[in-house]
Order: sequence, then structure tokens, then C-alpha cells
Amino acid sequence: MKKMTAFALATSLTLGLLLSGCAMDDPASSGSQSSNGGSGKREVNVCSWGEYIDEDLIGEFEEATGIKVNYTTAESNEALYAKLAGANYDVIVPSDYMISQLIEEDKLAELNYDNIPNFSKIDDRFKNLSYDPENKYTVPYTWGTLGIIYNSTMVDEPITSWDAMFDTKYAGNVLMINNSRDALGIALMDLGYSVNTDNKDELQQAYDLLSKAKFNGVYQGFVMDEVFQKMEQSNAAIAAYYAGDYLTMLENNPDLKYAVPEEGSNWFVDAMCVLKDSQHKEEAEEWINFMCSTDACLRNMDAIWYASPNTEALEKYPEYYEETYGEPLDPELYAIMAPDQSVLDNCEAYLVRPMETRNLYSDLWTQLGI
Amino acid sequence: MKKNKLSLFSIPYVIWMALFVVAPIIMVVIYAFTAAPPDGGFTLDNFARMGSYAVVFARSFKLALIATLVCLLIGYPVAYFMAKEGPSFQRVAMMIIMLPMWMNFLLRTYSWMAILEKNGFLNQFFSAIGLFNLINSIFGTDITYFKMIGTSGAVVLGMVYNYLPFMILPIYSVIIKLDHSLLEAARDLGANSAAVFRRVIFPLSLPGILSGVTMVFVPSVSTFAISRMMGGGTQMMLGDLIELQFLGGAYNPYLGSAIALVMMIIVVICMYVMNRFGEGEEEAMLL
Repeated sequence: MKKMTAFALATSLTLGLLLSGCAMDDPASSGSQSSNGGSGKREVNVCSWGEYIDEDLIGEFEEATGIKVNYTTAESNEALYAKLAGANYDVIVPSDYMISQLIEEDKLAELNYDNIPNFSKIDDRFKNLSYDPENKYTVPYTWGTLGIIYNSTMVDEPITSWDAMFDTKYAGNVLMINNSRDALGIALMDLGYSVNTDNKDELQQAYDLLSKAKFNGVYQGFVMDEVFQKMEQSNAAIAAYYAGDYLTMLENNPDLKYAVPEEGSNWFVDAMCVLKDSQHKEEAEEWINFMCSTDACLRNMDAIWYASPNTEALEKYPEYYEETYGEPLDPELYAIMAPDQSVLDNCEAYLVRPMETRNLYSDLWTQLGI
Repeated sequence: MKKNKLSLFSIPYVIWMALFVVAPIIMVVIYAFTAAPPDGGFTLDNFARMGSYAVVFARSFKLALIATLVCLLIGYPVAYFMAKEGPSFQRVAMMIIMLPMWMNFLLRTYSWMAILEKNGFLNQFFSAIGLFNLINSIFGTDITYFKMIGTSGAVVLGMVYNYLPFMILPIYSVIIKLDHSLLEAARDLGANSAAVFRRVIFPLSLPGILSGVTMVFVPSVSTFAISRMMGGGTQMMLGDLIELQFLGGAYNPYLGSAIALVMMIIVVICMYVMNRFGEGEEEAMLL
């Protein structure tokens, strides 16, 4: 008898684990079966980046609307793209160049902006951008710049140029970003070329620059999220990364500085889109609308340090910060988080490149890794 | 009658195999021989490009081989002495060996990163005990830290740390089951303990060594997260290269499948050669 109980217990445990495992791995697929329109429970499958939301907002949205949110994350635009084939997401938050690629491949649904009244709060600067010129598919979520993060105690002079990313003077102390678009983009900018070039020669030169620096031991590593630990604990002197993440690192290491290099840089917008084959388009639009509300934008800005495109939130944030923390927000930091238009004017957004250039990027990037 | 029953019991596993082992391999093969869109169709191009990745193949097999050897050198003595101790010692030792495996291997590898960093625990410890001052005064150098993270040595360390239990356990389970009468017979015939080990115990534990080597070597060749974290993205291995084609900056699952297929074939050949070699040894010893 005892044995039987143990057996039953073990079986149910295993089954439970298996089932919950499946459910956790693929919330999207379970969602697609259960609800369709009004019948059954309402839900929305969101795929975003890691550490990219004030997580309390998810619960509040669920409470306010009764819509269940299945929130998952991807590591990079390319990883997200690869995942799209298998999963059944409703809302994704890709960056500009990936959005144009998805629009080009007809994978995004046109939004019904009547269901997203908060879209009116988005600053005009972030509407009708080149990735979605008529603004039919997207609602911006965050924006910012790519730049150089450096440890002021480990370099002799302030870093002002992308040259530092290739300088043997800092051999073994530089962290290059581990994705093809940004890394080759940095080399292109250092050479004075456009980040949107299709010219094979220019891309080859950018590759040569990176490859030579790698060969000369300039790079301690090619990193994405590992950059936090390495910069915060002063294991490396210089890294190329995003402004929002710099502000997170600064909380743990006050010696860190951030610069948008004089050659200019990349400025990016990550925007929320709904996939064409989404089964929960209305819920998706409700989610998008909720995320654009000034309150949600303010709290997101506070949690992730990336600037929101919501005009009110941008204006109110310094005040919000002072109320929350009892001390004023350093205007210099705010200028890094949400830079002036003059800074953006010196920066270039990534545009989607034709297939041929994308393949060249892949080949060069693989070659560099070897 | 008995045969029928067996095949009935094997049905769940056959279904499992078909769904999750055979079908994916067939998909990998199909992908490997397909051209990337928009061309599509049958192609051998994916394999023609393999030559440019020879460096990665060489590095992967070299590091995996080193890791396997180190595991064997550490693992065999541990397994041997563990098997000779009393049952309570064995239980504790087994627990200690298995303990790290209760934690996710990514977490364990992250901890190693913190230990090996430029300002990591090890370098701070060396600096605190004045090791760098000592070295600098003796050799007239000017070092303030050892470069550990981002080297191939760190990658090997990561693999050894993660896969060592897979070497110890099979060897241990073979040695513990050795027939003691054989050892006694060897001693009765005048063999000293070195000879007993060399002529009896070691040959009889070869099956354990072989499965240990397989269980360490195969995952080491195809590892990807360890090499990226410990190697700082500068020690690309086959697993990283394949991942790059599926999830990374270079999206080309067709090329990725071709690389995976070539890797599988090389691994199978390695295993086949090793097992043949092992069998020969075993028989020779028994004779």
C-alpha cells in the first residue's frame, strides 16, 4: 500500500513537473488554443527584452483588464526573429531595423489606433520614423543612444572618439558589443562611413578594423549582458553599450562615465508591434495602450533607465524622481537618458539593409568570431 | 512469447526516439542540404563553406580532448579511492560530487567568471598575499593580475568543472563491482599491488573509462555557453558557431545544420575508433 502511494505521488509529481514545464516554456502555444475572441479567458503573449519593464505593471494590467499576460524575453533582435517561426507571440518590441525587416516580410499587423488613444501622448519626434514612415504598425516603447562607457580611473583622458574601441593602448581592457549590427556599425562610424552603407568595400574595411584590433588583443571579450558585471566591478576599462544600461551600471560603480562619441553614434527606437497572425489583437492593443500611459511610462523609465517617447513622461520624470527618491535628478544623467535633439541629429538610426548586405554582415560576423 | 513482451515494453521508448531523436536528425540532414532562401532547393554549398571553419573545428576538438584528459586524470584516482573506502564514506563522497549538479550550470559558470576576472576573487587573493609583488621583485616584471578569463585555459576549466562527475561516476560504478576473487587470485599468484592495478584493475575498469570519456568528450565538443562565458567570446567553439547560425547575429539555419551534421559525423567516428580500440584492449587483457 505504501509503495502504491509513493508511486502515485511520484507519477503525479513528474506529470505535474512535465506539464508546468511545458506551460512555462511555451506560453504562446497554450494561449493560441484556449481563447479566440470573446469566448474563454482573454490573454496576450508579449515578448520583450530582459530587464525592460517595471514588472509590477504586468500585474496591474492583469487586474485592471482581466487579461492574462504571458511575458517572455528574447536576448537580441536576431534571436527574437529566429523565435518568431515557432512561437505565437502577439506583442513584440523589436528595434527599428528589425521592424522594417518584419514589415518588409509582411509579418506585422496594421494597428487600429482608435484602440490606442494614448498614442497621442507620444512625442511627434518618434512618430512616422523611417522604419514605419506612415506609422501604421508601431508604437514606440523606448529610445536612446549607443555610446562608450568607460571607467574614469582606468583611462588617462576622457574618451571622446570611437578610436578608443580599437586602440592597442587599452589592449585587454576593451569590451566589444556582441552583435553584428552594432559592432560593425561602430567600426563604420569610426571610419566615417554611414551605418547604413551597402558598399562592400566599406564593410570590408570595418571588418578589417575589428579583426586587426581583435588580433592585437584589444578586446577582453565580446559581450552582451555580461558587460554589467565586468564594468561594475572594474574588470574592463571601456565598453560600447546602450545609454540606459550605463545608468544601471552607474548605480553600482560611480567611476563610470558615458560618452556619445564625436563621430556620432546610433540612436535607436524600440517599438511595440503586433504580429500578423496574432489571435489576440484587441488584447494586444489594450496592452500597448496601457504601456503608453504616462504613469506606466514614468515607472518604466524609473525601473529600466531607458527614456520613454511619451512627452508628458519625459517632462515629468525629473519631478517624479525627486518625489520618489527625495533628491533631485542630476541633469547630466537625464541628458544621457533622454538626450537633446541636437545629440540625436548627430546620430544615425539603423535602417534595414537589403538581403545581400544582411548576408554579408552574417558572413563577416562569423568570420570575425573564428 | 518473451520476445513479444519485450518489444511491447519498448514501444514508449521507440516512440520517444522517433519523435525526439530520429525526426530532428532527419530535419538537420534536410536543412544541411538545402540552400538558404530565396534560392532554396538541393545544394552542397553549405558543406563547401566548411573549410573556412576548420579553425573552429580544430579548437573545439583540441579543447574537448584536453578537458577529457584532465577529467580522466582527476576522475580516475577519485573513483578508485572512493570505491575502496567504506560505504558511509562513499555516500558522503557521492553527495559531494553530485552536489554542484543540483545547481544550474549557467549559475555555476557565472560564479567561475567572478572568480577568474581581472578583479576577481583569485586575483584579489593573490594580490592580498603579495604574490604579485613577489613575482615582480624576482622577475623585474610589472604585473598586477593574472589573465585568466577569456583564455582557452578558462574554457577548459569550465568544461572540466561541469563534466567531471560524468567521468567519476561510470568509472566508480565499474570499479565497485570488480570481482574481489580476481584481485585475490592475482595476489596469490605473486603480483604486488602495482602489478594488480596495472594488469587486473585498470584493464577491467576500461569499460567505465570508455563511457566516462564519451560522456565528457561529446558534450565538451559541442558546448557553447561555457566557451562564450569563460572565453569572453574570443574562443569560439563549434557550439557557438552553430548557435550563431540559429539564434545569433548570423541567421542561417542551413549552414548551422551542415556544421552540426559534420560535427556529429566526426564525433561518431571518434567514438567508433575509440570503442574498437577499447574492445581490443579488453580482450587482449582477458586473454
